[in-house]
Amino acid sequence: MGEEKKVIVFALGTEEYGVEVEKVRTIERMQPMTRVPKAPAFIKGVINLRGVVIPIIDLRSRFGLEELVNSDATRIIIVSAGDFEVGLIVDSANDVIDLDTDNIDNPPEIVGGIKAKYLDGIARVGEQRLLVLLNLEQVLDRNEIQQLERVEE
Amino acid sequence: MELSQYLSMFIDESKEHLQSLNENLLNLESNPQDISIVHNIFRSAHTLKGMSATMGFEDIAALTHEMENVLDLVRNSKIEMNPFIFDCIFKSLDSLESMVEDIIQGGTGKADVSPIVVALRSIVTGDYKTAQAPAVTAAKEPAKGIEVDEFQFSILQQSIDSGFLVFYIEVSVNENCVLKAARAYMVFDALERMGEIVKATPSVQEIEQEKFDRSFSLYFISMVDQATLEKEILNVSEIQSAVIITVDSESLAELSRPRTEVEAARQEIAAAVAEAITPVVSVEAIHNVEPVATAVKLVAGGAPVASRTIRVDIERLDALMNLFSELLIDRVRLEQLASEVKRNDLTETVEHMSRVSSDLQNIVLKLRMVPVDSVFNRFPRMIRDLAKSLDKKVDLVITGAETELDRTVIDEIGDPLVHLLRNAVDHGIESISDRLAAGKSEQGTIQLRAFHSGNHVFIEIEEDGRGIYREKVLKTALKNGLVTAEQAAKLSDLEVYNLLFASGFSTAEKISDISGRGVGLDVVKTKIQMLGGHVQVDSKPGFGSKFSVQLPLTLSIISAMLVRLGSEKYAIPLSSIVETSAIQKQQIRNIHGNKMVEYRNTVIPLVSLSTLFNVPDFNEDLEEETEIVVVRKGDKQVALMVDEFIGQQEIVLKTLGKYLSGLFAISGATILGDGQVALIIDPNALIK
Repeated sequence: MGEEKKVIVFALGTEEYGVEVEKVRTIERMQPMTRVPKAPAFIKGVINLRGVVIPIIDLRSRFGLEELVNSDATRIIIVSAGDFEVGLIVDSANDVIDLDTDNIDNPPEIVGGIKAKYLDGIARVGEQRLLVLLNLEQVLDRNEIQQLERVEE
Repeated sequence: MELSQYLSMFIDESKEHLQSLNENLLNLESNPQDISIVHNIFRSAHTLKGMSATMGFEDIAALTHEMENVLDLVRNSKIEMNPFIFDCIFKSLDSLESMVEDIIQGGTGKADVSPIVVALRSIVTGDYKTAQAPAVTAAKEPAKGIEVDEFQFSILQQSIDSGFLVFYIEVSVNENCVLKAARAYMVFDALERMGEIVKATPSVQEIEQEKFDRSFSLYFISMVDQATLEKEILNVSEIQSAVIITVDSESLAELSRPRTEVEAARQEIAAAVAEAITPVVSVEAIHNVEPVATAVKLVAGGAPVASRTIRVDIERLDALMNLFSELLIDRVRLEQLASEVKRNDLTETVEHMSRVSSDLQNIVLKLRMVPVDSVFNRFPRMIRDLAKSLDKKVDLVITGAETELDRTVIDEIGDPLVHLLRNAVDHGIESISDRLAAGKSEQGTIQLRAFHSGNHVFIEIEEDGRGIYREKVLKTALKNGLVTAEQAAKLSDLEVYNLLFASGFSTAEKISDISGRGVGLDVVKTKIQMLGGHVQVDSKPGFGSKFSVQLPLTLSIISAMLVRLGSEKYAIPLSSIVETSAIQKQQIRNIHGNKMVEYRNTVIPLVSLSTLFNVPDFNEDLEEETEIVVVRKGDKQVALMVDEFIGQQEIVLKTLGKYLSGLFAISGATILGDGQVALIIDPNALIK
C-alpha cells in the first residue's frame, strides 16, 4: 500500500478527472460572470466569490474540447495552485475518493486530445474506472497563456 | 497572568513607542528648547517601562527607567540637553530596539546594557560634567598616544563621563633590562589590580613576545589617583620611567581625529600639562566596561501613536468587508422586493436601511486605509545615521505623508523604500568634497514624496546627487549580455536607466566599477511588482536621479464613474475624467482613418470602448447621439464613447489576481452593490 491521496472527481466530456482535495477551495454552482475583454478565449470571465474577484477558466476550452451549453450539473471548482486562485468550469463534480498512490501510473504518451503535460498521472479506481489526475500548475502556467495569446494575435 | 497572548500587542506597542521616541528625539535635536517634546518623550518612555515590566522584560524596563531619570531632569529644567545626552539616549533607543527585536525573534529580550546605564547615571548625577569640568582647567593635554577604535573610544568616553579616571600611560624599561616581557607583565599585573586596561600599544600579545623596543603605552581606566599609580608602576624593578597623563573628554575627542591632526595638536601643546591635577571622584568598583554590541536594527513602522485608536486584526477587517458585500447584495434584493410589494412602510424601512448601509459602507471601506506616514516615519532617523556613517550631509524632505494606502501595501512597501533610500544616500548623493567640487551646496537633498494620482499612489525618491551615466550603465549591460550593441544604440535614456532593474545587472555589478547602482534593485522591482506596482528611474547626469514607485490601491476606495456598454458595466476612475458630455454623429470627423472629435477648440481622438473591448451587444455606430467621457493623461486627452452613464460611485478596488495580471486597459475590478463584478478601465493605457 502506498500513501492515501484524497481527490475531488469531476467530469469533462466522457472522461473523469481528479484534482487533489487540498487544492480545492470550494465547488460552486454556475453564476453570472463578468466578461474580461482581451483575455484569452478560455477565460470566461470573473466572478465575485464572497468578496474576492476570481477568474474563471472554461476547462473544455482550455483543453481544446468542444464547448457545451451549461447544464444544471455544471460546476465551478475553485482551486488554488501556486500563486493563483482560479475557478474551473467542469461538466459536473460529484465525488471525493481516496486513491492509493500505488495505483497511479505515469501519464501515457498520448492521451485523447489533451496534452500529456497537463496530467500528473492516471489512477485506476476499482476494476473499470480510470481517473485522469490534473497537473494544475501546468494547466495554469502563465507562460503558456502568453504563448496562446500570441498565437491568437 | 498568562502573558503570551499579550506579546504581539506588546511588540506592536513597543515598536510604536520606540518609533515615536526616535521621532521626537530627532525633533528635539532640531528644537532643543521645546520642553513639550521632552514631555512626549518622557510619556512614551514611561509607558514602555510599565509595559515591559508587566511583561517581565526586566532589562528593557531597567534601561527605560534610567532613561526616564535623565528625561525627568530635562523635563524639570534641571539639566539641559546636549550632544552627549542626545547620543546617550539615541544609543539607549538602539539597544531597546535590538532587545525588542530579540523578543520578536523569540528571545528573552536580555542584553547587557550596563555601559549605557553607567552613562545615563552619570548624566543624572552630573558626574559627566565634573569629569569634563577639570578638563577645561587642565587646559589642553597632550593628545599624544595611541589611536583607539570606535568601541574603545566609546568605552573611554563613557568611563570619563561616569566619573572614572582615564589615564594614558607610557612605561619605559631600563636600557639593559633582560626580561622586558616579564617586566611588562608585572606592570600589567599591577595595573589590572587597580583598574582596567583598554588598549595597549604594542598589543599585549606582542609585548608578551617581547616585540617592543623599550617602551609601551596603554589606556587605563581606574579609580586610583595618579600618584598611587605611578608608585605602583615604579615598584616594578627595572622600570625606568612611567609617564602618566590623565585623559579628559576633550583630549579623547582629539584622539578620534585623524592621526596627523593629533600629531600637530600634540606638538603645539608639548608636554605642558603632565602635572595636571585631576579630581578624584568616588565611584563604585569598575565593572562591565566590556563593549556591548548595540546593533541598530530597523523596526517596522506601526501606525502613529494616537490615543483614540484600537488595534484590529487585519483578517477580521477582511472578513467584515466580505460580509458587508454579502449584505449589499441582499440590500439590492430587498429594494427590488419592496418595489414589487409596494407597501409603504416596507419601502420606507428598506430606504432607511439603504441609507444606513451606504454610510456603513463608507466607514468599513475606510477602515483599512493607513497613512503612508507609518512607513515614512522611520526614515529620518535612518537617513541621519546613514549620512553620519558615510560622512555626508543629507536633508530628507518628506511630503504627502498623509496619503493613504491599503494596510497590506503599507506593510510590504517598507523594505523596497529602505533600499531605494539607502541607494540614494550611498550612491546618489556625493561626498561633501565632490559636491563642492561640482558647485553644489555641501548638503544633499532627498525628496520623499507620496501622492495620489488616478487609482494609484506614487512614491517618489528624488535626490540631487551625481545622477546616472548612460554610458556606464550600457557598458555593464552589454558586458552582461542584457542588451546587444544594436539594441543599445536604439534605447532611449529612460530605457537605459531601467536596465538597472534587470536581474543579472546587480550580480555583475560587483565586478564592474560603475558607481554601485543597481545592487539589489532587481529585488526591489520584484517586490513592487508583487504588489502590483511599477518602479522606474529617471536621471539627469550630474543633477540627480528620481525613482518613481507606482502602487495600486488594491483594496482602497476611489471615486469612479460607472458606465454601461450594452449589458456590461465598467468603472472609470474619476481622477482621470475631465468631463462627460454627448456628441452628435455628425460631429465625428475622420482624420487619417482615425475618429476624432472637436472638443473645446482642440481636436482629440475618439475611442469606441465597445469596439476596443469587443462588447457583444452594443455598438455606438448605430447611435445618432453618443455619450462621451473625456479622460486625460498628463496634457493628452482622449474621448471614450460609452453607451450610458450610470453614475458616480465610491468603489472598492480589487485586483484581478495574478492569473489575469497585465490585461490591456483593465487595471482591476470592483464589486457593485448588486454583487456583480465591474471592471475598472485604466485610461492611461488608452492614451499613447
